[in-house]
Amino acid sequence: MAAHVLLIEDEPNIAEAIRFLLSRDGLRVSYAAEGAAALVLLRQDPPDLVILDHMLPGMSGLEVLTALRADPGSRDLPVMMLTARGRDREMAEQAGADRFMTKPFSNAEILAEVRAMLAQAGRAR
Amino acid sequence: MPLSALTGTKLRDLRLAQGLKQADAAQRAGISASYLNLIEHNRRKVTPEVLERLADALAIDRAALADGGNAALIEDLRAVAARGAAQAELSRADLARAEVARVEDFVDRFPGWARLLVALETRTLSLERAVEALNDRMTHDPHLSASLHELLSSLSAVRATAAILAETPDLEPEWAARFHHNLHQDSERLAAGAEALVGFLDAGRGIEEQGIATPQEEVEDWLRSRGWAISDTELATGLGAEIAQLASAVARSLAADLVARGRADAQAMPEDAFSTALASLGPDPMALAEFFGISPLAVMRRLAGVADLQAGLVTCDASGTMTFRKPAAGFPLPRFGSACPLWPLYAALGRPMQAVEARVQMAGQGDRRHRVIAWAETRHPHGLRGPELREASMLILPDDGSGPIRPVGSSCRVCVQVDCPARREPSILFEGVR
Repeated sequence: MAAHVLLIEDEPNIAEAIRFLLSRDGLRVSYAAEGAAALVLLRQDPPDLVILDHMLPGMSGLEVLTALRADPGSRDLPVMMLTARGRDREMAEQAGADRFMTKPFSNAEILAEVRAMLAQAGRAR
Repeated sequence: MPLSALTGTKLRDLRLAQGLKQADAAQRAGISASYLNLIEHNRRKVTPEVLERLADALAIDRAALADGGNAALIEDLRAVAARGAAQAELSRADLARAEVARVEDFVDRFPGWARLLVALETRTLSLERAVEALNDRMTHDPHLSASLHELLSSLSAVRATAAILAETPDLEPEWAARFHHNLHQDSERLAAGAEALVGFLDAGRGIEEQGIATPQEEVEDWLRSRGWAISDTELATGLGAEIAQLASAVARSLAADLVARGRADAQAMPEDAFSTALASLGPDPMALAEFFGISPLAVMRRLAGVADLQAGLVTCDASGTMTFRKPAAGFPLPRFGSACPLWPLYAALGRPMQAVEARVQMAGQGDRRHRVIAWAETRHPHGLRGPELREASMLILPDDGSGPIRPVGSSCRVCVQVDCPARREPSILFEGVR
């Protein structure tokens, strides 16, 4: 079965590009544009990896991450955060993010990171 | 008279200028030539009596030997050294290398260099503040941060989309069309975002506006340039044109408040009536307050504006933060950081509505004395259950009267007072001053 990635990103065009990229690589991608919906999706259809934008409307990326880490079901779930600035990164690290991608990222970087993280989690394709 | 380490050097210079031999000068002053030699090389402290005889022998004014002329410069240089030491966290040994003890010597020999050093330090401080202000702006400005986020977001989308278009072999036409559409959309967004950002950065806010001088300093500079005096006629006009020249909006608002307060003071105590009352009652804030039926704080502000009195004035709020500073000769007020806790200002702050009067001698300022009068009041601008505000003022008058003297300082790091029970941190000026 294909590994399942949950993408939480409010920019529709970025989301579309990442979804396309990961789907082409043989991954199953589900998508949420904001935090609350993402947390629901997370329980309904647990992913193998989460890609989480830092700047989200409503619930921030950090809040989503904190909620996610507080839930025993997703405590050890690999999380990649999309950030813009250095300071955000520090806070995300403390909140329990595993990897970071700084905007504007390259597609190759994202793919390589996602593959590495899935392999580490034992979900190599 | 303050006998600085340099008195000997000055004596020697003055003697040589007159072409007088050491032995002759010594003989006229009734001291031995070898003693004079030691004095001239600053190896012996000279007593006031001997100094007087030497001054007579050289037919010079005693005051010429005192170091009063450069007191402000010396004080500034000490502050430079204090700050430098604090910044670099220098050890005591390094400080000794900075030769703080010989600051008077330095100022006397190289006044130009000394002034340049102080000017450079002032400039450094301004620039540091500007950097802090800019840094704050970069970090916390919500508009800038939103603009950058917008730019990075659209740029990320452009990059990811363009890479898919360029690098995906056999991209289905529907997908290609879709991504082309997205690319167009995002490049429009990128252009708009960049334009907004440039507009924001180009808004032409002056460097002063960005906080190079603190607003309080700006207002003080303005008042200093006016000789700390604003006439009643000028107060009545509001001085709008002059205030408009101040660089920062906060400074303009502070200055306008100050003028409004001054105008109210002037209405309660008009110039003529005030000088008549001052002539008969003297600079007694309590008596004048009683006479005019007004707060002693207002009287002190009014007294500080009387040029003849040469009075200084400091005002602080309940936190002890100085909100107004008009220095008096020989009574330096710290520009940064905290003042001397022994100032009667703070005694008054803790005991509102009780006048505190003291004769004080500022450490390191020779035997110059001041009479200070402090008074504090409380206010409840939001009524009974609102916060209590305090305001304390200390009037600093030159004093030649007699009576017990209280030693005070300017700020611990540049204070030479030995064994001070109120000392917060060591002085940089002398080894062994704790």
